[in-house]
Amino acid sequence: MNFNRLTLFSISILLTNLSFSQNIDQVLSRGEVHGSFQMDMQYYQEDSLIGAQEVPEDVLMNGFANINYTNGNFSAGFRYESYLNTMLGFPPGYKGNGIGYKYASYTNDDMTVTVGNYYEQFGNGLIFRTYEARGLGYDNAMEGIRINYKLAEGLFVKGIIGKQRFYFETGEGVIRGVDGELMLNDFFGGKFAESKTKLTLGGSFISKYQVDQSAQLNLPENVGASAGRFTLQRGKVRLTGEYARKINDPSADNNFIYKEGEAFFAETGYSTKGFGLTLSAKGVDNMSYRSDRNAALTDLQINFLPALTRQHTYNLLATLYPYATQPNGEIAFQGEMVYKFKKKSLLGGKYGTGILINYSTVYNIDSTAIVGPDTALLGYESNIFALGEEKYYEELNIEISKKFNKKFKGIFTYSNMVFNQAVIQGKPPQDYPTVYANIGVIDLTYKINKKHAIRTEVQGLFTKQDQQDWATLLVEYTFSPHWFLAVMDQYNYGNKYEDERIHYYFASAGYIKGTNRIQLGYGKQRAGIFCVGGVCRNVPAASGLTLSITSSF
Amino acid sequence: MKKIFLFSTITLLTLSVFAQKESRTVPSVNLKDMQGNTINTSDFKNDGKPMIINFWATWCTPCKRELNNIAEVYDEWVEETGVKLIAVSIDDARNAGKVSPYVNGKGWEYEVYIDANQDFQRAIGFQNPPFTCIVDGSGKIVWTHTGYQEGDEEQLIEAVKKLVAGESLEEHK
Repeated sequence: MNFNRLTLFSISILLTNLSFSQNIDQVLSRGEVHGSFQMDMQYYQEDSLIGAQEVPEDVLMNGFANINYTNGNFSAGFRYESYLNTMLGFPPGYKGNGIGYKYASYTNDDMTVTVGNYYEQFGNGLIFRTYEARGLGYDNAMEGIRINYKLAEGLFVKGIIGKQRFYFETGEGVIRGVDGELMLNDFFGGKFAESKTKLTLGGSFISKYQVDQSAQLNLPENVGASAGRFTLQRGKVRLTGEYARKINDPSADNNFIYKEGEAFFAETGYSTKGFGLTLSAKGVDNMSYRSDRNAALTDLQINFLPALTRQHTYNLLATLYPYATQPNGEIAFQGEMVYKFKKKSLLGGKYGTGILINYSTVYNIDSTAIVGPDTALLGYESNIFALGEEKYYEELNIEISKKFNKKFKGIFTYSNMVFNQAVIQGKPPQDYPTVYANIGVIDLTYKINKKHAIRTEVQGLFTKQDQQDWATLLVEYTFSPHWFLAVMDQYNYGNKYEDERIHYYFASAGYIKGTNRIQLGYGKQRAGIFCVGGVCRNVPAASGLTLSITSSF
Repeated sequence: MKKIFLFSTITLLTLSVFAQKESRTVPSVNLKDMQGNTINTSDFKNDGKPMIINFWATWCTPCKRELNNIAEVYDEWVEETGVKLIAVSIDDARNAGKVSPYVNGKGWEYEVYIDANQDFQRAIGFQNPPFTCIVDGSGKIVWTHTGYQEGDEEQLIEAVKKLVAGESLEEHK
């Protein structure tokens, strides 16, 4: 649906609302307009030392504003986006100005109808999830129609149809789908509603259509995927699982093989006050699913395959070797334990001590190439539950948080990481061996008084591979509630090439008031991979002045 | 298209002039609780007393710092003001299963929900967590704040206290 029609449609709904109303003032007075705004701007300087290229425009800017109108059960809104010109590291498909998102929606008798753009997820997202990560330029929003219907107590149905956002256009393929979720305890009610054991079942189906224009191959134009899931909860124990299957879907991602795809996700958790445990497992086999079979990078992805590794925030841990799911095949396991030593116990001390241990590991799946005349088309035989021999990733992470006294506390992190660069980042294995790293982070906060605090991070990453050893030092001074000041230096001190032992220093200062936040920064940014929520993008080295503003009302 | 866009914007803004009030209602969105039950945000209640809605994520360090700091004084806050803190995690499928063990492991006594595809975040309209709202006894959002710095919780509870005492929050921001 194009924008004109959508706007007319939403306005006519508003007007209908008004004309039927006996008291226009009353209707108008229920209306609310709210929004949010973000702008990032950078002045670039050429810096041959770190490999920062000259930017012809000198200044690049990404900005957007969301405006939402709600009135009772009706809402409508849009996002105006501006890329003048797109900042380095963002997908270059974002160009100029445009409306990236617009919608109108109303709810009536347990049914919600949305027209225009929407974000939606079925189950864990193994076959369908549309979402946005604005900081990365990731946005695969649907454009079309969605209906959410609560059919009965505990029974929810969703239906979707549309095309996916592709920068300021939509992708070629059409996506249709339906999802049902049944919470048995609520549905049957009575004594079931009171039961300690709670069971939820769900099922979903997605089909994408894209015309076959290939001269060589006979490609499937409709590709269906289905998934089933359950969640069982009894007291402190929770068990959940989802299994998904996709029919053959030859695409650029899988080299046009005619093989079915599969994925599963299973997780169990136990928790009681002071102790929590999560164990999870995931398998993925030939499960890349896009609404355009030729799409690449992060374009037009229909499904979401979460990385089953710890999501890091300290910069050496988060940005040098971040794991990304391998949609063509992997098996992953993860366990996480959180425990709090009680106050006044031996290890707890006066304030208690927190410990978090996370272990994750990822392998390829065991597969055998099919030999014969159709090898190139059939690909391989595999069992999604059979572990292969190549390790993609492994990490043991221990985090201890400790408060020493009313003013002084710290978080201490140790990580041992194995990172297969060749597979995860698609680099040639002969030049990029697997990285074995030990990483330590000491994060200390000293509260000078009620409003002033100093925080420091000392980080070290030690490895014999890749760029060898790194250190980071960060000092942050905060003056609640309005001001902050930070300086950071990342130093590749152990690089075997002396001229690559570079300091990446960065200083920033910010002002916060209510929901307004303004931040200025100056310094060098290392080329690297930045990830938010499991999506990563390559960012080239840059040097210069940055300004970022966020606000909402 | 531009004209229609302009027209609709003006319409919306004109409506908003009629409509603009000092506060806003909590948008209605479905979330999951830690048991996997679906809960609508318009059903958030605290017997007419104020609520704090705090958005966080297991991967967000300042968020965890804020909620861990508040956890130490939460008993006093509840006693003094009757406030209830609702912690909404915006973790997706990657980390959603870790929310409940983390919350219990840390001994938090907040009401916790999961906004796995960030629908509530979008409806509230903010960019990055942590983000904090104070909701008054009638269900209106009367105070919002972005980010967390050590000591910000003082400002938060002061605002709640003012609200309970019936004072204006305007100059308090």
